[in-house]
Amino acid sequence: MASRVEILNEGGYRSDGRRQFELRTIDIDLSQQGHADGAAVITHGLAHVMVSVFGPREAKMRSQTIHDRANINVEVAVAAFSTGDRRKRSRGDKRILEFAATIKSTFEPVIQTSLYPRSQIDIFVQVIQQDGGLLQACINGTTLALMNAGIPMLDFVCAVNGGVHSTSPLLDLTLLEENDVPNLTIAVMPKTRKVSLVTMETRLHVDRFEEIFRLATEAGLAIHGEMKGAILGRSKSLMGSIELGSQQRSGNTAADAMDDDD
Amino acid sequence: MVDITILKRPRTEGVLTQRKFFKKTARGKVIKVLRERYLRDDVPCGVGSCRECKTDALPFEGDMSHPLFASGHFVLPDTNVFLSQMDLIESPLFTPPIILLQTVMEEVRHRSLPLYNRLKALTKMDDKKFWIFYNEYRSETAIIREEGETPNDRNDRGIRKATAWYTSHISTNRPPLRGQPTPKLPTVVLMTEDAANRQKAQKSGIYSISVRKYVEGMREPTQLLDLLAAEGANEIEPTKAVAGRQALYPEYLPTATLIAGVKAGELHQGHFNANQYNYLEGSVPVPTFTKPVLLIGRENMNRAVNGDVVVVEVFDEKEWKAPGDEVVDQDSTLKNDDAEDSEDEGEGEAHEVLVKESKLLESEKRSSEKQPTGRIVGIIKRNWRAYVCHIDSTSLTSSNTTSLSQQTVFATPVSRLLPRIRLRTRQAPTLIGQKILVTIDRWDETSRYPEGHFVRALGKVESKEAEQESLLLEFEVPYRPFGKAILDCLPPEGESWVVPLKSATSPEWKGREDLRELLICSIDPPGCQDIDDALHARQLPNGNIEAGVHIADVSHFVHPDTPMDSEAASRGTTVYLVDKRIDMLPALLGTNLCSLRPFVERLAFSAIWEMTPDAEIVNVRFTKSVIASKAAFTYEEAQIRKDDPHQQDALTQSIRLLNGLALKLKAKRMAAGALNLASPEVKIQLDSSESSDPIDVEQKEMRETNSLVEEFMLLANISVARKIEETFPQTAVLRRHLPPPRTNFEKLQDILMKRKGMKLDVSSSGALATSLDECIDPKEPAFNTLVRIMATRCMLSAEYFCSGSVGKDTFGHYGLASPIYTHFTSPIRRYADVLAHRQLSAAIGYTSLHASLHSKPYVERILDVVNRRHRMAQMAGRASVEFYVGLALKGRNERESKTAVAGQKAEVTEEAFVIRTFRNGVGVFVSKLGIEGLVMFKKDMTFDAENYTITVGETTIAVFDKVTVRIEVEKDRNTQRGKVKMTLVHPIDSSGL
Ligand SMILES: [Zn+2]
Repeated sequence: MASRVEILNEGGYRSDGRRQFELRTIDIDLSQQGHADGAAVITHGLAHVMVSVFGPREAKMRSQTIHDRANINVEVAVAAFSTGDRRKRSRGDKRILEFAATIKSTFEPVIQTSLYPRSQIDIFVQVIQQDGGLLQACINGTTLALMNAGIPMLDFVCAVNGGVHSTSPLLDLTLLEENDVPNLTIAVMPKTRKVSLVTMETRLHVDRFEEIFRLATEAGLAIHGEMKGAILGRSKSLMGSIELGSQQRSGNTAADAMDDDD
Repeated sequence: MVDITILKRPRTEGVLTQRKFFKKTARGKVIKVLRERYLRDDVPCGVGSCRECKTDALPFEGDMSHPLFASGHFVLPDTNVFLSQMDLIESPLFTPPIILLQTVMEEVRHRSLPLYNRLKALTKMDDKKFWIFYNEYRSETAIIREEGETPNDRNDRGIRKATAWYTSHISTNRPPLRGQPTPKLPTVVLMTEDAANRQKAQKSGIYSISVRKYVEGMREPTQLLDLLAAEGANEIEPTKAVAGRQALYPEYLPTATLIAGVKAGELHQGHFNANQYNYLEGSVPVPTFTKPVLLIGRENMNRAVNGDVVVVEVFDEKEWKAPGDEVVDQDSTLKNDDAEDSEDEGEGEAHEVLVKESKLLESEKRSSEKQPTGRIVGIIKRNWRAYVCHIDSTSLTSSNTTSLSQQTVFATPVSRLLPRIRLRTRQAPTLIGQKILVTIDRWDETSRYPEGHFVRALGKVESKEAEQESLLLEFEVPYRPFGKAILDCLPPEGESWVVPLKSATSPEWKGREDLRELLICSIDPPGCQDIDDALHARQLPNGNIEAGVHIADVSHFVHPDTPMDSEAASRGTTVYLVDKRIDMLPALLGTNLCSLRPFVERLAFSAIWEMTPDAEIVNVRFTKSVIASKAAFTYEEAQIRKDDPHQQDALTQSIRLLNGLALKLKAKRMAAGALNLASPEVKIQLDSSESSDPIDVEQKEMRETNSLVEEFMLLANISVARKIEETFPQTAVLRRHLPPPRTNFEKLQDILMKRKGMKLDVSSSGALATSLDECIDPKEPAFNTLVRIMATRCMLSAEYFCSGSVGKDTFGHYGLASPIYTHFTSPIRRYADVLAHRQLSAAIGYTSLHASLHSKPYVERILDVVNRRHRMAQMAGRASVEFYVGLALKGRNERESKTAVAGQKAEVTEEAFVIRTFRNGVGVFVSKLGIEGLVMFKKDMTFDAENYTITVGETTIAVFDKVTVRIEVEKDRNTQRGKVKMTLVHPIDSSGL
């Protein structure tokens, strides 16, 4: 007991020096990764995820083709060195499959799949380092990679997690905090403020839930600002390149999605 | 809306903000841990009128009263100051503004939880000036451990860096005013006992000082100097040839070895329990063995003090022994030890003691009761606190009885479970005959006794004030008067508060049922001021009966998360001493606003049942209500009224209805196997004049009406327990009584069988109840009570728990034979009831449940405290009775000797039962006075442990025999402690033995 870290001390600081509603630093890198049509590397504090998007392209397998829209395929790989204990998770690991399914169902209604019938969009999520907020990093990374690939979307999807320590809500939890407090992850679509995902593996009382849900929604909007900035920056540098004469396919469509919420 | 921001971590700070380390898990796996830290520039310094931080916790110019610091100063202590000199810091005479670094606070927390809690309490006190500076989060003061630096050195460096920062921060934020001379800036003083640290500080221009130097420089140092811990003294006069001292105890193993050993099962961890009959024996219950590990002799107990968490090594099975059957008193054996002569211990004079001790240990042991033996190889956690002691007058050097020079003396703790403590004081002569508070600082292997320091005097021995306070301290009862912040939580109307007129808009009436017309009455002991329950019953047209229990609505006045609520939670319970009541809640609530007095309207929380005439519950409902009690009866008045056939009024009828139901409820409970337990009940009559006997042992008279109230309270508690468990299965506040392990009864069963031929069936609570009923000695009506008392001692105590924390199959209350139980009926004096009220209120949708009561860890933590307070309160109450019994006996002895006819011996004698036999004495229980005593013989007698007998000359005395004892109170010459001394009068006179 004595050696445990205080989640929220009396001065109002969390174990990493943040206050209750301060989010960790976010770094976004949208530069080209290998042959991917669009990629994004995102960090929330020490959580570090890379997402690559391929497509839309012709479906490889007939069985997966859908006649009126594109099929979305999500694969998640967790690097063995991403966690403290170097546990190797195979691709067939049940938790990872579930994780991939969560990401897929979050994006299915947002991607305008009907524009690409009988084709396939592949999303590869590579978890490089874990420190809490894994799902939020994966979702935010996926949003960015999809936009970077020029895939038309109805809106951004911005995710963040939060929890309640005794009676105090906390936002953007680290692994240490996730292990200690009941927590949830939500994803919002900033344009409509619609929430497209809420996951919770621990019990949380309904009164507490309401408060943290509201806060997390606000935090999602704050993260949106950060993500939008990164996309705009990327678009600008691409536009610059276009003017210089080189051809790029992506960029425009990504900016499209943001036009009407300014 | 709160402000949500994203913190930006500058890339250049990478080294400072990220930390990677490896740690080993319990299973021996190595894992990598990554942590990051956000450094900020908005961590405030706390100094008044700071331009940058805008805080005012500490005075602008610091403290001006210390002669060494003419321009004011702030004290910034390092970790060791808090670890070793907490009594000094706590003293009301020590008042400088203190800057407490986060680094220091965390180190204290890792080193000692009790000290950390004391420190935390200090930071919240109004008359102390503390500021916690989160130096690890401020960009200028955060540091990381360097290559090859120990964690200790790293922290010391951090503390120095923070001190330096404060100095410059104060000066930059206090620029000279135009036209005025540059103000002298206050000094930030680094207080540390570590000379090397002081040197380093000096080099970097930081002012640092040792605690002793600081205190010596104060204007009035004498009293504070005594508070300095023994460790502090060492530094001034380095002990002469420490290495030359002979080690008396084996060294402790390193902590890592201990932990590894426990994990591997080679060593065992547990709490050390000293033996109150024999100071040379202790035991440690450990999970591996059913019987506790026995530690025989000082060397094996290796400096453990009662309550410490220790690690033991168990000896080979052939060395296992039975516990001693002799009474060994440290006062008489160690009389001649000299406090000053510590260096020579183990030789010369002390040798005699060792011989005596080893002789005591040699006695042959019986084989049947063998239990594991072992020795202590290390301490995981010390549980030291302040102990109430007396100064041993013989340990004073006689020549300086009037001088104020420093001398080393012995302090004898009041508790028999503790060793004598050696301490150095300048006030020794004035402390003789006083009760004093002493803390243990250290216990080296070269020192036979622990070393400690004097904290403060409580007052003259046997004065009621000193005894009262020492009781409260011994049992850690919080007894400070309620502070302003707490009293501010009371309704502003105070004594004149009334239930407002009924209206749709009144918040008091919202959602409350108007039960003012019901014929409600209360039944309590005479003179009851805090009436927390009242009852009613009436016939329903359908032939059933409506019965109601109405409890004071305390949760209407005590709201979660207020100073009054946290104070009540930390007090846990009201404590009743013979001559004082220490309230859990301010008296305004207890004795007025929440007391269900007759003829006034009061807010209540009601449980109302519909029952068949056979006391079967048809339904139950709970509601907040307003009631107006029609009468406050004593048990006796209610009984008389009920029995008087001429009384036919409605109120009396309702008492009869209640009584009829209660009889049936009780019969059902008994049939289900509820136990009828007994504990000695002594009543002290304080109001009697000096001349008459102040003690009057009342066998608690049980009238029907006592039982009436009890049955309905049990019913209410059970019904509420069901309801809150159903609504809040994870966090309901419940109470349970675990069935005792059968082995607890083995000895009592054996004694009963061998001495009386009686059998005790402990297979279930019902079986036990039946067989206890059959333990009757027709010649001795008190015998059955005695057996019940002894059986009660074999049981576990009931406890509060959080429903989500234990298996549902362990919810049961063994003594009441109820599958579920809680406390609901006394919210004025028990905090668990307040929580149950809040949960019930939420369960019926009257209020929403405060978030804290949804949190399992929170409920667990609160109930842990309440359970401990509850236990301590019971012990304090018992000790208070004991003290008064002692006083009364002394008075009686004096009176008897006055009235005695010349030549005739005056003495107080009482009948007693033998409850234990030793090789050199017997333990007796005087049922009339409710006290236990020890009759000691000077030499060993013929002792038959198998049959629980001791033979003195021709006479054999066995357990359960009735004897007559002479009871005297004698003052221990050394300690001034009043001691009850018992000698046998019948069947033999043991005064010469
Ligand atoms: Zn400042």
